[in-house]
Amino acid sequence: MATKDQDKEQLHSVTIRFCGDSGDGMQLTGTQFTNTSALFGNDISTYPNFPAEIRAPQGTLAGVSGFQIHFSSNNIHTAGDELDVLVAMNPAAFKTNIEDLKQNGILIVNEDAFTPNNLKKAGYIDDEDIFAPYESRIRVYKVPITKMTLTALEDFDMMAKAKERCKNMFALGLTYWIYSRPLDSTEEWLASKFGKKPEILEANIKALKAGYHFGNTIEAFQNTYEVPEAKIQPGTYRNITGNQAVAIGFVAASELAKRPLFIGSYPITPATDILQELSKYKNYGVKTFQAEDEIAGIGSAIGSAFSGHLAVTTTSGPGIALKSEFMNLAVITELPVVIADIQRGGPSTGLPTKTEQTDLLQVLYGRNGESPIPVVAAKSPSDCFEAAIEACRIAVEHMTPVVFLSDTQIAIGSEPWKLPDLSNLKEFEYDFHKDPETFAPYKRNELLARQWAVPGTPGCEHTIGGLEKEDITGKVNLSPEAHEHMTKVRAEKVQLIASKLPATEVLGESKGDLLFLGWGSTYGAIRTATEQLQAEGLKVSQVHLRHINPLPNDLEEIMRGFKQVVIPELNLGQLSMIIRSKFLIDAKGINQMNTKPLSVSDLMAKAKEFLGEL
Amino acid sequence: MTQAKELTKADFVSEGDVKWCPGCGDYAILSSVQTVLPTLGIPKEKFCFVSGIGCSSRFPYYMDTYGFHTIHGRAPTVASGVKLANPDLSVWVVTGDGDGLSIGGNHTVHMIRRNMDLKVLLFNNRIYGLTKGQYSPTSEQGKVTKTSLYGSIDSPLNPLSFAIASGATFAARTNAANPKHMQEILRAAAAHKGTAFIEIFQNCNIFNDGAFAKYLNKDTKAEENLFLEEGKPLLFDGETKGIVMNLDGNNPKLTVEEVDPDKAGVSKTGKKFLVHDPKNEDHTLAYLISYLGSISDPENPAAMGVLRSVDKPTYGDVLNAQEEQAVSEKGKGSLKDLVYSKDTWTVKETANA
Ligand SMILES: Cc1ncc(C[n+]2csc(CCOP(=O)(O)OP(=O)(O)O)c2C)c(N)n1
Ligand code: SF4
Ligand SMILES: [Mg+2]
Repeated sequence: MATKDQDKEQLHSVTIRFCGDSGDGMQLTGTQFTNTSALFGNDISTYPNFPAEIRAPQGTLAGVSGFQIHFSSNNIHTAGDELDVLVAMNPAAFKTNIEDLKQNGILIVNEDAFTPNNLKKAGYIDDEDIFAPYESRIRVYKVPITKMTLTALEDFDMMAKAKERCKNMFALGLTYWIYSRPLDSTEEWLASKFGKKPEILEANIKALKAGYHFGNTIEAFQNTYEVPEAKIQPGTYRNITGNQAVAIGFVAASELAKRPLFIGSYPITPATDILQELSKYKNYGVKTFQAEDEIAGIGSAIGSAFSGHLAVTTTSGPGIALKSEFMNLAVITELPVVIADIQRGGPSTGLPTKTEQTDLLQVLYGRNGESPIPVVAAKSPSDCFEAAIEACRIAVEHMTPVVFLSDTQIAIGSEPWKLPDLSNLKEFEYDFHKDPETFAPYKRNELLARQWAVPGTPGCEHTIGGLEKEDITGKVNLSPEAHEHMTKVRAEKVQLIASKLPATEVLGESKGDLLFLGWGSTYGAIRTATEQLQAEGLKVSQVHLRHINPLPNDLEEIMRGFKQVVIPELNLGQLSMIIRSKFLIDAKGINQMNTKPLSVSDLMAKAKEFLGEL
Repeated sequence: MTQAKELTKADFVSEGDVKWCPGCGDYAILSSVQTVLPTLGIPKEKFCFVSGIGCSSRFPYYMDTYGFHTIHGRAPTVASGVKLANPDLSVWVVTGDGDGLSIGGNHTVHMIRRNMDLKVLLFNNRIYGLTKGQYSPTSEQGKVTKTSLYGSIDSPLNPLSFAIASGATFAARTNAANPKHMQEILRAAAAHKGTAFIEIFQNCNIFNDGAFAKYLNKDTKAEENLFLEEGKPLLFDGETKGIVMNLDGNNPKLTVEEVDPDKAGVSKTGKKFLVHDPKNEDHTLAYLISYLGSISDPENPAAMGVLRSVDKPTYGDVLNAQEEQAVSEKGKGSLKDLVYSKDTWTVKETANA
């Protein structure tokens, strides 16, 4: 095999997006590139993009599935704004993604899929030269990926369709060559997946290598690149999605609470994975219950909490709407249950596979009566582990329902997770009440958490329910005094959680010109923007909230140390509304509703605008 | 902890007043339950009563046991969670015709088909009591109420037929005004392993008084009640009449025929009376029997007693067996293995330093 003598250009960061038809295996290709890069030592962040339809008609715009990976020799916190490389396996993929490719970026297309028929399905007219408008600003590589794959597999005794299915490995091999990645981890993975089907295994490996060698052999790719290892904190790592981390976090919480985990849920995108993941963990004592609907999901969870289990229910916004009445029952009966809301685009069925932060006001205020519920938000895929534990801890130690917020971007995005030292995790501080002499259902400790006596405890028989009650005894009491008192106690109990929170972390100086205040999946983009603005000498800092209800006690003072508070959110200003009304601080929003993650360059530009206004 | 002293009815009576309307059928149900529980050999702390919303659903407050007054229609969901988390408990669901069959109809289906091992008491007064008298899913068609001034349009639903069609392993009917019968049924339900569904005819003397009068009036009760006994023919009205199976075209139909005074077990037309077999795996006959005497079939007597009682593994038993299987196949899970599972890599102190 001829080898060209090439210089490898060194790069800090690269963002690649693989996209094609749902059936083209792009998620798998992206995942493999991710694992290889992680093992190589890069920092990584990924973001898959699924169509809402499971099998939209082949070749159509609705059927395009994508997987984006950002890998770097620096520490990174986002899946990347613009693409350095776009791999498009058909015209529909090209059409829906090309605008994200940056100036001078690399476009690799599977030439064989650009047939008149496919072009028509993507909405192009006959013999339109679809690349022409872009050729001046990007580098276009038309590669006959299908033909080359079939040629490589000529000698294999397989159906042509099965051979063609290996074309994603060809594309993967080609990108491995461009970015000087080793093939071995993908080969190992293929061996574990197709170990029992040697023919398919061999075919995939052959296609992978053919793609790699193709890059090596032809002249077209003048350059190859190298993205060196990142300076990553020493430790053991694994790549993890947000939903996996939530599931593991719940299992960890169950261990810290020393109670079995009960999850009552109903499938809904993008939360379903958590129920599926936990279903694998029966040998951890996890009880998963796929209920008949979201209402039954939380109902069964509340029942299991009454019975003394660690109770969780997982859903997305439409499910929260259904669960609201039960969330209120948990508020008034003061039972610990974690409601995980993995947000997606709304209103109504909305955009099931897209990301948004639009449920904040819903989980805070979308119920009848004065109904305080603590809200905890995760900021990245790996952060879900700790955030899920934190939600469970608050629920159990404070005897309250707790909302855990994540979103599509966190849920299906992935990043390396530095595995925690498990011995550092603190056990939950609480106890079941067992002594009839000192028992009263609504007798409280210093945190105002009520006594938790579970059915089966002799002498502590009691009835709880949704009617207003009298404190301490828990007897039904609808009097004005009882209601006023209980309303305030419920509010105070939630507020008291703030007294246990650590000091709020500020990224950067604690005083300055502009404070970015955020929550949830915008963390990575805001952090990157903050660091870059700081590097330019601007007095910008970042606070990212773990707790949105109650807000940290020191937040107001921090905010008042900045001339401006700017709140970027993937909604029309929900946290902004809270901050403005609670503190009378003139916070400004950066609000985006285009279903995409925030872009770092946008944030920087907007921040400079705000700073210019000073 | 073991139960030291014998339990009595008084142990199950909570302090505080019972607040149903004077004369309400709910009182008799409460009293019967409080009479039966101490006889079951179950420690008091193991009982848990879970209800929805309605007059009937106030029940847990009047029991000195663990109790949960939840939200409208959703008691089966909470009860399922209570039971799955602690299979040792004897969990009872108390619901009404509106609570269990209208707003909560879906949950009732699933609680039954899953065989959750819950004891379900559906107080059927054929009216919405707590909201002061609107027609319910079991009200007769044409019923005039505050929300149906021209008569209700809905076809009524028969709770027992509904339960049997949903796959009930135990289905029975009784009448609040017949404590002896009710207690017998409660005992049978308690002994059943699986979801036991009981429809209880309950008079709401304020908003639907007399709905079940014909089953109680001296003059009519013999011909309106078909008391079921396992292994006995379906006879009623002083054993002068009985139920036979006929085919109406392709449709099996249960009809009433008079007993031949000269030949035991045979009708005047020479047909054999059906013999009651609650253990029959096939639920078709139980379904037909449940329909007798329903609002849509008023000329026939209503079956009272245990229509169906068959064995089937409970949801909780299978769930626990699966957990044991998983532990025996994979070993008891450790968090460390879960966190530090496959595909980890290590970044060393010196790397890129
Ligand atoms: C979500 C909700 N919707 C409506 C109500 C009002 N409501 C309370 S009880 C009831 C009907 C109860 O009827 P039934 O279940 O037959 O009980 P009964 O009072 O007759 O025993 C209604 C409509 C409620 N409490 N909650
Ligand atoms: S309204 Fe009817 S059902 Fe309700 S308590 Fe009064 S009599 Fe009983
Ligand atoms: Mg009723």
